[in-house]
Amino acid sequence: MASDYASSGEYIKHHLQNLTYGQLPAGFERHDGEVLAAPTWTFAHGAQEVQAMGFWSINVDSMLFSIGLGALFLYFFYAAAKKATAGVPSGLQNFVEWVIEFIDNSVRGSFSHRNPLVAPLALTVFMWVFLMNLMDLLPVDWVPYAASLAGAPYLKIVPSTDPNVTFGLALSVFALVLYYSVKMKGAGGFFSELAFQPFPRFLFPVNLLLEGVGLIAKPISLSLRLFGNMYAGEMIFILIALMYGGGWILGVFGGVLQWAWAVFHILIITLQAFIFMTLTIVYLDMAHAEHH
Amino acid sequence: MNFNATLIGQSITFVIFVWFCMKFVWPPIVNALDARRKQIADGLAMADRGRNELELASRKAGDHLRDAKAQAAEVIGQAEKRAAQIIEEAKQAAREEGDRQLAAAQGNIVQEANRAREALREQVAALAVAGAEKILRREIDAKTHADLLGQLKAEL
Repeated sequence: MASDYASSGEYIKHHLQNLTYGQLPAGFERHDGEVLAAPTWTFAHGAQEVQAMGFWSINVDSMLFSIGLGALFLYFFYAAAKKATAGVPSGLQNFVEWVIEFIDNSVRGSFSHRNPLVAPLALTVFMWVFLMNLMDLLPVDWVPYAASLAGAPYLKIVPSTDPNVTFGLALSVFALVLYYSVKMKGAGGFFSELAFQPFPRFLFPVNLLLEGVGLIAKPISLSLRLFGNMYAGEMIFILIALMYGGGWILGVFGGVLQWAWAVFHILIITLQAFIFMTLTIVYLDMAHAEHH
Repeated sequence: MNFNATLIGQSITFVIFVWFCMKFVWPPIVNALDARRKQIADGLAMADRGRNELELASRKAGDHLRDAKAQAAEVIGQAEKRAAQIIEEAKQAAREEGDRQLAAAQGNIVQEANRAREALREQVAALAVAGAEKILRREIDAKTHADLLGQLKAEL
């Protein structure tokens, strides 16, 4: 709880740190003053230790929650798919069909080529991102506090507030965009699309720069927008949670605020999942489209 | 923002999820949806066809009914005509039979009358002779006047 921390800054920092597992180098002085004699695999305490672990460390909480939520989604949808019949649908099948029709319509609306990958991809993106965002609605202290009682020093339960997660998704989509660009247009065609337009050929460095920025903007816009929205939303929840430590008047006010923000956030999380899915479809559509 | 191997882990997870979804989740559900769409379309088409057939059948039934009515009316008309004809014929026959019997009866009557007249004539002659005999018994001898009496008898 907020009152357990030395300062509100401490509380916020604690809530924004992932449970990172990685290797600390020899000679590193840990948060409690212990100096490591040999390289050690351990959980990071504090931002400095995360920094010292470098790239080859892993955010255990992000991985666990994202994989768990994705598996949950696939479990229910697979259960519905196994029992899917053309007859009268049961409750779960009804819901799953409703989601799938919605995704299918979105894909039909934005994607004008034939590719059996795109619709399942869009479904996975939408449901997975939505479920990851949904964790934002759980009060910020519940799960981390329970985890701290169980011994985990840090825990972030909203995977989409971890840039690794959103960039991981966006880069995978970007890889697909590159793959289909080359596949549909050929390497030369893809290059000429980047270099020989919108200006005449002799200005190709300018074209390359413009189109290159446009290309790079795709994964950045996908991941940073989702990350930014969710991070900001989570931050507000944390700030509101700080009020519970400020007496009962502020506490009641905080409760009202948290409820209102959560209601508003229902819209945001759905919208962000939908935008991520739609942009994915649109980018893949652009990758398939022959220019000129 | 710290980037670490979570990035790679997420990408791999994502690829696996998408593969699973594409392989095991999407096709059965979409197939079920398509199958149901087809079922509904078939059902609607069938209902349409049924309605058409019903309309056709009712029209045909109406035709049949009308035909039957016309036929019945014709049959009744014919029967009435025939009945009238039969009655007419019967009347005719009766009338002819009556005429014939009448003629026969008249013939009989004439014959009987003739016969009666003949008998009467004979009896009158006999009576006249008997009367004359009575009158003439005293004066006339039957033997002498026999030829006269015979002549008289022939004249009557």
